[in-house]
Amino acid sequence: MTRRIVISFLCGLLLAGNCFAADDRAIIVGSKNFTEGVVLGELIRAIAASTGATVVHRQALGGTRLVFNALVSGEIDIYAEYTGTLTHEIFAQNKPASNAELRDLLAEAGLVMSQSLGFRDNFALGMREPVAERLNIRRISDLRAHPELVFRFGTEFTERGDGWPGLRLHYGLPQLDVLGVEHDLAYRGLEAGDVDLTDLYTTDAEIAYYSLRTLEDDLGYFPPYEAVLLYRAELAQERPEVFAAILGMQGLIDEAQMIAMNSRVKLDGVQEVLVAADFLNENLGIEVVAKSSTRMERFWRYTRQHIALVAISLFAAILIAVPLGIAAARWRRLGHVILGVVGIAQTIPALALLVFMIPLFGIGAGPAVIALFIYSLLPIVRNTYTGLTTIPMQLLESAEALGLPAGARLRLVEAPLAAVSILGGIKTAAVINIGAATLGALIGAGGYGQPILAGIRLDDVGLILEGAVPAAGLAIVVQLLFEWTERAIVPRGLRVSTRA
Amino acid sequence: MLVLNQVSKNYSDVCALERCDLSIASGQTTVLIGPSGCGKSTILRLIIGLQIPDEGSIHFGGQLLEPARLPDLRQRMGYVIQDGGLFPHLSARDNAALMARHLGWSDERIATRISELAELTHFPTDALDRYPLQLSGGQQQRVSLIRALMLDPEVLLLDEPLGALDPMMRRDLEADLREIFTELGKTVLMVTHDLGEAAFFGDTIVLLRDGRIVQQGAMKQLLREPADDFVRRFIQAQRSPLETMETIR
Repeated sequence: MTRRIVISFLCGLLLAGNCFAADDRAIIVGSKNFTEGVVLGELIRAIAASTGATVVHRQALGGTRLVFNALVSGEIDIYAEYTGTLTHEIFAQNKPASNAELRDLLAEAGLVMSQSLGFRDNFALGMREPVAERLNIRRISDLRAHPELVFRFGTEFTERGDGWPGLRLHYGLPQLDVLGVEHDLAYRGLEAGDVDLTDLYTTDAEIAYYSLRTLEDDLGYFPPYEAVLLYRAELAQERPEVFAAILGMQGLIDEAQMIAMNSRVKLDGVQEVLVAADFLNENLGIEVVAKSSTRMERFWRYTRQHIALVAISLFAAILIAVPLGIAAARWRRLGHVILGVVGIAQTIPALALLVFMIPLFGIGAGPAVIALFIYSLLPIVRNTYTGLTTIPMQLLESAEALGLPAGARLRLVEAPLAAVSILGGIKTAAVINIGAATLGALIGAGGYGQPILAGIRLDDVGLILEGAVPAAGLAIVVQLLFEWTERAIVPRGLRVSTRA
Repeated sequence: MLVLNQVSKNYSDVCALERCDLSIASGQTTVLIGPSGCGKSTILRLIIGLQIPDEGSIHFGGQLLEPARLPDLRQRMGYVIQDGGLFPHLSARDNAALMARHLGWSDERIATRISELAELTHFPTDALDRYPLQLSGGQQQRVSLIRALMLDPEVLLLDEPLGALDPMMRRDLEADLREIFTELGKTVLMVTHDLGEAAFFGDTIVLLRDGRIVQQGAMKQLLREPADDFVRRFIQAQRSPLETMETIR
């Protein structure tokens, strides 16, 4: 009976997990992890949905490479990109000289690029107006005279082909205190005075808000970054009516409008979905019913996703790790190998592990579950091993002397005696897992990490807490649940300590 | 019943048993005695198969003791160790029933057998549902004995069964044990380092030293005709309280 309940519970979780797995017929819009990307994603989603198609927007999936690869592998169908990024980052080796050449390269990957959406979002360097004025810096070349300045760039910018490495060479810049930071956090650093200069996107709302001076690119380093749609050719052929509507976005948005939309999201705290709906109502006459989600709806959605991530990975880990622990305890030499391997897996930083999963398993809940699974192995394997190897010798021998075969000894004597330890390992794994699963949002797995990331992006503490508080709460609930389970599973004889 | 033929056993470098020949008579109580590390427990462990002899052979009821036959042969032996070796996660009853249940005995048959043995061992029936940690040392040994007798084995192997008990409990259980042995008429092989205990139980005493049998025979024989100086010293070393009083006076 108990087993049946457990099985149906897990099936339910698996179904919940499927909620964010791709439906074959839905069009999947992706977006990069910055505000404008998400707003454009919402615009695409709303327009496509207005044709009656089922559309899913996987928001803020990650950086350029991740989202582009997701498009190539077919995990998403469309997202908004910039020409400069394509030419100088993605196809940097091929050095396409024109948009026509770029289109050829994209076609080889089965991708199509739209015409410009009507605005450019260029890279630029920005400083606070009073600082720039005091140091008399107007052009990027002027920076050469100020090697002491503190530069903090968006993480991508520090690495990209069209970012800092090239810029430094191009202008011969001497600054040494240069680090990557989350793009939106760099603005806060500027405001606080910890940072002298950061990279800007020219449509960022913060430029006006923080009165930043945009330095002139006097040696012409930055290419133009025309906003375009990038989509899979096959889906455009299969769903021409949807794509005809989406391509209505070409030439639709000018720079001022984009800045205004970014500003409403970032500075006024309006949800992207509402900003997109307002824009479409005004400019395309599409009557979009904007469903802004309530806090409660989001809470349940994140909770469902988070629990599915944790439960599936943990359950799989139990199925694998307990037998591994048993094998490790039985064959000690093999045990060293097993404990070594799962120990090494544990030392991989969660973030890195998630990213390693992408080329193998794509993005979304799948790779996140696998990463969490790997993370859960060590505590369970180790505690199973410890639980079994610390059973007093005379008990093992008593069981053997009775004539019980090895399998029965494991089942009737060794496993119950190791139960406290094994359960402790599972509990540790579950709690680690709940925390690590928040990182799953970085690769589009959803869960409590999503509001946390959005909160960081939007500088919205409320949103961060929307993820952080339930994650902590879930950890506590799970702890209690395990204590309760412990009472049910751990044999009573091991809990009595007084002589009656 | 039990025949050891030229059995040797080494633990890494230390020799625990050297070319030991021993024949245990049926229906009798044989006591293995000797100083610590003389190899007496090793003989029991070799018979129950927790250890395999390096050389020589052991026969049980005419059958050669070898790894493949161990599970079957073990069911024909009962093994009790110093601190009982009871499984703490199982109640007294479940400890006793473990093997029978594994063999598919009916609940009724198990219940009948346990109450029979509880009576025999003077174990209170109402304590059968307690866990080992809730029992006194003497009660634990009685449960251990019930567990060992559950399948009605041909041989009882007892490794210092009274060793961990305080003197009063020890005296109680000692008397009960001898009664049980007499009543059941089983072959008993017991290990002790206490000469009084050996005298109390043993039809035959086997005195060991450094992995070899020094003397084998009835207690009277050991006392009257000690085989060598070691036997004499071993016997003299175990003095009674009265003797002790005299010595200090």
